[in-house]
Amino acid sequence: MLENTSNESPHRGLGGYQTPSQTVGPYFAYGLSSEQYLYDFKQLAGNQMVNPIDEKEAITITGKVFDGEGVVIPDAMIEVWHNDGEKQLFGRFGTGTDAQNRFIFHTVKPTSVNGQAPYLSIIVFMRGQLIHSYTRLYFADEAELNSKDEVLNVVPEQRRSTLIAAKTANGYHFDIWMQGENETVFFDI
Amino acid sequence: MSNIIYNRFDEEVHPPRLSPDYKSTVLRAPTKPLVVIKQSLNELTGPLFGDFNLGSLDHDLTKNSVKNGEPLGERIVVHGRVINENGQPIPHTLIEIWQANAAGRYVHKVDQHDAPLDPNFLGAGRCMTDENGNYKFYTIKPGAYPWGNHYNAWRPNHIHFSLFGANITNRLVTQMYFPGDPLLQYDPIFLGVPPKGRELLISQFDLSITEPHFALGYRFDFVLRGHNQNVQAP
Ligand SMILES: [Fe+2]
Repeated sequence: MLENTSNESPHRGLGGYQTPSQTVGPYFAYGLSSEQYLYDFKQLAGNQMVNPIDEKEAITITGKVFDGEGVVIPDAMIEVWHNDGEKQLFGRFGTGTDAQNRFIFHTVKPTSVNGQAPYLSIIVFMRGQLIHSYTRLYFADEAELNSKDEVLNVVPEQRRSTLIAAKTANGYHFDIWMQGENETVFFDI
Repeated sequence: MSNIIYNRFDEEVHPPRLSPDYKSTVLRAPTKPLVVIKQSLNELTGPLFGDFNLGSLDHDLTKNSVKNGEPLGERIVVHGRVINENGQPIPHTLIEIWQANAAGRYVHKVDQHDAPLDPNFLGAGRCMTDENGNYKFYTIKPGAYPWGNHYNAWRPNHIHFSLFGANITNRLVTQMYFPGDPLLQYDPIFLGVPPKGRELLISQFDLSITEPHFALGYRFDFVLRGHNQNVQAP
């Protein structure tokens, strides 16, 4: 049995202590991304954050997630949150179905809010992470706003490029490095 | 909402990023310090799923995947409440769960454990909390299963939970364990949590929610990150 580590029950605020995080593990797909992984269960959200038929401005965002040895991670789950005051969009995609283990999102570019550089909030989950990681995706073709952005300017200059998605023919590319020289900046939000 | 600031993750109870006994963290945990930023519109909001059409059996894993009979195993009801650190209930928030079947086998294609699949059990479900933050699932008690972390490694019985809460700072993915499980003391994922947080992940057997002649009741409550404004929104 577990040792009783403390006599007092863990309470802090009126509500008590935060419930601790645990890893999403390797088997989330049939519960969280069931249609993407071809399980017979309706999924909450997928990678079509907008319907590309309705949206002339639709873009595709692709990227890979790399571990500390530079190996592509095939069992990560990426969530994207877009709120620019005009649109609220959510996407979720696992890296296990694309032949190159990319994540792929079909969406639109957010607009600038109060002069901030436009960005997407990204949440990264995977086996081997006991708690999820938050990052942001900024856009390479917003150099002017990026250079003045309050959040980007808090990030050490040599690491800022890890947050900037490169322009591609139909959207943007954004790789996420969990470790190493180019380790992506993760935020405490 | 203008002056609201959400509390940060409480490191007294959350696991550290690197936890070498759980071997996959070694190459996957960020190594550089997190950059602290001010919460802005994106952090103070999140998806709400008000328009998601929940199926009537989504919360009942004993029925939502039936093909030719009932799933095998011990029927349980898991019931609890979602609040924040301020003690305020989180109403109408989406909870997703997934788990192994009674034999300790996941439907997932990657799971190679030599234990039988159950044709009548998928092991996935979801529900929305009610106006007081309460939720309830019916399911089958999951079995333990082996994994490759170290010699003779077995995961204790657990149900995976995913919660959204008030905004993206509230996002939580965790696992609910069962009281008295002898595997807990050997599990590096559970033990990755600091001692103070561990008992918060163990559900309580509750006779008062046990349904006679039907299902054993377990209670499991959630506390999500709170904020600096103790006045409840009107
Ligand atoms: Fe599991």
